[in-house]
Order: sequence, then structure tokens, then C-alpha cells
Amino acid sequence: MNYNWNWSVLFQEPYLGWLFSGLQWTLLVAIAAWVIAFVLGSAIGILRTVPNRLVRTLAAAYVELFRNIPLLVQLFIWYFVVPELLPEELGLWVKRDMPNPEYVTAVVALGAYTAARVAEQVRSGIQTIRKDLVNAGLAIGLTPLQTYLYIRLPISYRIIVPPLTSEFLTIFKNSSLALTIGVLELTAQARQIENYTFQGFEAFTAATVLYLVITLLVVLLMRLIDQKTRIPGSVGAN
Amino acid sequence: MSDFDFQVIIESLPFLFDGLLISFQLTLLALLAGLAWGTILAVMRIWGPAPLRWFSAIYVNIFRSIPLILVIFWFYFLVPLLIGRPVGNFTSALIAFSLFEAAYYAEIMRAGLNSVSRGQVYAGLAIGLSPRQNLQYVILPQAFRNMIPVLLTQAIILFQDTSLVYVVALSDFMTSASTVAKVEGRLAEMYLFAALVYFVICFSGSMLVKHLQKKKVA
Amino acid sequence: MIKIDNIDKWYDDFHVLKSCSLEVERGEVIVICGPSGSGKSTLIKCVNALEPVDSGRIVVEETDVTAKGTKLPLVRARIGMVFQHFELFPHKTVIENLMMGQIKVLNRSRDEARRKAESLLERVGLSDQADKYPSALSGGQQQRVAIARALAMDPIAMCFDEPTSALDPEMISEVLDVMVELAREGMTMMVVTHEMGFARKVARRVVFMDQGEVKEVAATETFFNNPETDRAKEFLSKILAH
Repeated sequence: MNYNWNWSVLFQEPYLGWLFSGLQWTLLVAIAAWVIAFVLGSAIGILRTVPNRLVRTLAAAYVELFRNIPLLVQLFIWYFVVPELLPEELGLWVKRDMPNPEYVTAVVALGAYTAARVAEQVRSGIQTIRKDLVNAGLAIGLTPLQTYLYIRLPISYRIIVPPLTSEFLTIFKNSSLALTIGVLELTAQARQIENYTFQGFEAFTAATVLYLVITLLVVLLMRLIDQKTRIPGSVGAN
Repeated sequence: MSDFDFQVIIESLPFLFDGLLISFQLTLLALLAGLAWGTILAVMRIWGPAPLRWFSAIYVNIFRSIPLILVIFWFYFLVPLLIGRPVGNFTSALIAFSLFEAAYYAEIMRAGLNSVSRGQVYAGLAIGLSPRQNLQYVILPQAFRNMIPVLLTQAIILFQDTSLVYVVALSDFMTSASTVAKVEGRLAEMYLFAALVYFVICFSGSMLVKHLQKKKVA
Repeated sequence: MIKIDNIDKWYDDFHVLKSCSLEVERGEVIVICGPSGSGKSTLIKCVNALEPVDSGRIVVEETDVTAKGTKLPLVRARIGMVFQHFELFPHKTVIENLMMGQIKVLNRSRDEARRKAESLLERVGLSDQADKYPSALSGGQQQRVAIARALAMDPIAMCFDEPTSALDPEMISEVLDVMVELAREGMTMMVVTHEMGFARKVARRVVFMDQGEVKEVAATETFFNNPETDRAKEFLSKILAH
């Protein structure tokens, strides 16, 4: 292998700055998209468990639609196609005046996509609760809505902390797709450093290490949250 | 959208079909290679001596912590360097996907092997099977049956993920659709059509998975 | 006080309840027995509309439970229910389990709810467990908490759905003792159970169900000494044999 090692390139400007700016955008995309995914996904997951058949079907349709189309295709549709489908004035505003359109589009696309996955976790969390436990809530006079608020959701969110953690990590990794519409996140910056310096090894190693560090931090944090919120007596609890 | 142009889709069908074949090819080859390597990693992790266990654990966790696009870039850059001459982007993408998918398949395998209850393991040994026979006749068949739906789901994810070779301009289905979109200036038509094709394929696949899961329960 | 009038219920094409009728008077204890799958659990779950009926009427103290527009939560809050698998809320402590309904449904203040909960825990002999989570309690203790949770709502009647069948044998009596005491105090009770000793001790009447039908309703002694139907005889001989 013929390769000129030069690790110092990582600590030179502008490349060091590029890496950190990339990391910053990765986190900004991931966190904002997670807010959308969590809120929208929770709503859709809950709707998949309600008695009304039409509502359940619509929620299921959302999940199937967003799960069965590659994220990259969805991203391009949000970026290139959706502005054309909007009412004319709104479309024009999106195309001309919306601040930071690449970032906003990436966040919306990633949020809507991950919402379908979060919805599945929320639904399965709710459905693992025994029917008679919900009946016990109804029997003391709670309304169906109250059984969601005080029994089903508090229990299911505690159960699904681990799968939600891995969904967050997925969103964090998937934020790299934003580079295809021009968001200079971490992977894009590593690629750019490679293009400028031909030090691909160093650049990609730096990005890899940064992804690993963030993943590790998230895993540790979520383990802490899991321990704090875990229902006593459930599997794996102390 | 009154000026939706079906003609451009029809005219580009042969070109798109070639792209779709590349997507399938990449999916199938990466699936087989990933499955093989993933099984080895899982076996190392469960039954291997300490250094192999560590290697497997570190390998799996690293690949699961970084984005696929970064892996694609890594091997696009690394493979020619290691081999010493340029290889096509298909080869480098295939290597990237195989090594990446193996990490996910290893975890599926491990969960599948662990899903066979201890009681079953004892029962096999108790009727006098050797550990190897026990693995072959008792553990693996049950583990594999438990795993099939998850493996298929992962295959659907892999098929969707192959669209990411767009970043190294390998002309799979997605890249082909995107090329036509840009050349013809027909973005809406091509991307919506691409979405439709992916949806039909992946949705059929996930219906199949659901069907298999139901059969398993029954 | 509880009037079940000719109800029918289907699960898809399975006829779980076939024209069942039954009247329960105030202060009466009724034991419902029958082979598994006979519809007895479904029947008592219909009383507080946890299971909807397809036809027929159930009236609890002037309120038609089966009518459209009935405010079910208020009806249910007045009928205590105890389940086979206890169904304590696992994410709440014992005392919180007793307080939730009082606060959310009856709008009692936290203090009031706590006082009531404490006195009920004392009554079922579990004052020292108030701040534990349900999973830390034995099955018998959990079921006593579940009874206390139902009583916290000041119910006019109590339904028990096989309250002892998920318990280890040595814990059955601690739960039955609480139930006997309740019966002696004049609580109206519908109890689905296989505990025939309990039935003989406190039930005024026994209902025998089989294949979704109410086959026999008889005074307790009559039922045990002289069952009418062959199915009931067969059932009794099996269940009393061990």
C-alpha cells in the first residue's frame, strides 16, 4: 500500500473547523428530526391502537408508505417535488425565501421517515400491555383517554426506551443522507477533506471516531434513563 | 401537476430496468456475503475464545455505529488503495455493503441462536446428542426458523439501502432515475416513479414477512 | 340491583353468551362456576361493560349499562372489579394504585385519597407495603391490594373474576378471608371461582354456566346437594373430587 500518512492534517485549519462544523450540523439535523419523529411517531403509534377502524387504517398506511420507500428517494421528493405540489404562493416562498432550505428539508424528511419507525415501537409497546390491565383501569372508572394517559403510555414508554434509543442512533446515522442535498454534515466534511488533501484515511478515521464517540455517549445516557425509568420487577430491572 | 409527463417514464424504462437489475444484483450478492460473514461473526461471539469474541463484538459495534454512506466512502477510497489499482465502483460498493450488512446479520443470528431455550439445549444433550449434533439437529433449525422473518426484513432494508450508492454514482435504479430526472428536467415524474417502484417491491416483501410470521404463530 | 336480561354475545362466529339472564339482589353473594370456556368471565365483564354485549340489557341500579350514551366510567367506578392476574398498575406504588381512581375519577384530594387508601391497606393487612411496587409483593398480597383498590372507589357491588386461580395454594386463604369478611359486611358480590368451600360458606345462590348458557341458578345448598342438570353433576363430581 502506497500512502503518505499525515495525521496532522486533521488539526490544521480549515480542516479541523470543517470537522467540527460537520459534527455540529449532524447533531442539529439529528436532534431536530428526532423531535418531529418522536412527536409525530407517538401520535401515529397511538392512533394505530384506537378502536376506530378508519383511523387505525390511515395510521397504518402512513407507516407502510414511509417504511417502504428508501429514505434517499423520500429526501429527493421533499426537496425537488414537494415545493412544486404546494399551493403556488407557499411553493414560491419555500423555493425562494425559506431560510436554509437544505437543512429544513433534511429535518422534515428524516423526521417524517423516522416517525413511521417510532410509531411501530410505540404501537408495539402499547400492545404488549395485557388487556385486563387496561380493563383494571376502566373498572375503576377511568375513561379510555385516561387509560392512555395514566396506564398505557406511562408503561409503554418505559418499555420502549431501548428500542427508541436505537431509533435515535439510526436517525443520527441517517442524518448523513442530508449531504445528498448539500448539507455539509460530518460525512460530507470528511469527504471534502479527502477531496482537498487526498488524506482520505485520516479524514474518514476522524469522522468514524466522532460517530463512535457520540454513539457511545448516547448509549450511556440512555442506559441511565432506562435504569431511572424502568418499572420495578420488569425484565432486567434490579 | 397538470403537466405530468408519463412519456418520459415510458421512454426511459429500459434504462431504468438496467438500473433495477444492478440494485437487485447488489442486494443479492451483499445479502449472501453478509449472511455468511455475519454467521461466522455470531458463532465467534457466542462460542469463540476470548480474542475472537472481542474481535466480533468490536467489529459489530463499530459498523453499527457509523452511517452506511461513510462506509461506502471508506471502501470507495480504501479498496483501490489496498489492491493497488482502480476497481469499479460496483466492487467497492459490494464490499462496503457486505461488510456493513454482516454486522447487522451477526446480531440477528446471535439473537436467533440465543432464542432457543436452555431447556431445548438440555433436552438434546439428555437424549445423548453430541454438542455438535445438538447444534445441527436441535438448535440451528429452531434458531433459523425464528430468524427468517427478521432476516427477510433486513433484506428489504438492504434493498432500500442500495439506493445510497448514488453517492458514488453507481448506476443502480435510484441513480438511473436521478440521471433521467436531471437530463430531462423531469424531477417530479422520475422521483415519484422511483418511489412507486421501490414501494411496490418493498411492500410486497413486507407482506410476505407478515404472512410468514402468521404461519409461525399458527 | 343488577339485572342481566337476556344478553347475547359473539366473538366473530363464536357464540360466547347465549341468552343469559340473572338477577342479583342488594347484599347478595353469588358464585358463578362452570367449566373453562363456559363464558363466566365474559358474563361478569359485561356487567361493567368491559365487554360489550350484542343484544339484551344489563341494568345496574336504574342505570342501563348497555344503552348507548351511558357514561360508562361513572358506572364502572361504582362496581369494583378484581381480576385473575391482579392487574395492579406496575409503574405505581401500592398506595398510588389505591389513590389513582379516587383522584382521577372521584376528584378526591390527594390527602383524602391517601387517608382512604391507608385505612383500606390496614384493613387488608398490608399497611407496611404501601410504598412498595406491586412486583415486590407476593401474589396473595397483590390480590389483596387489588381488592383494596376496588374498595377505594366505594363500590355498590364487587365482581371477582377467578380471584384465586393464579395464586399458589398457600396464598389462597388470605385472599378468601378478605372476601368472606366483605360478604359478611353485606357487600353485593358476583364471584367467578372454583373455590367451592368459599361458595358454601358465603354464597346465597350458585350459578352454573356451560357453553355460554346459564344452565342452573340455585340456592347454594340445593346446588351442592341436588344439582338439576347432568352437566352440573359431572362438573361437581370432578371439582369436588380433589
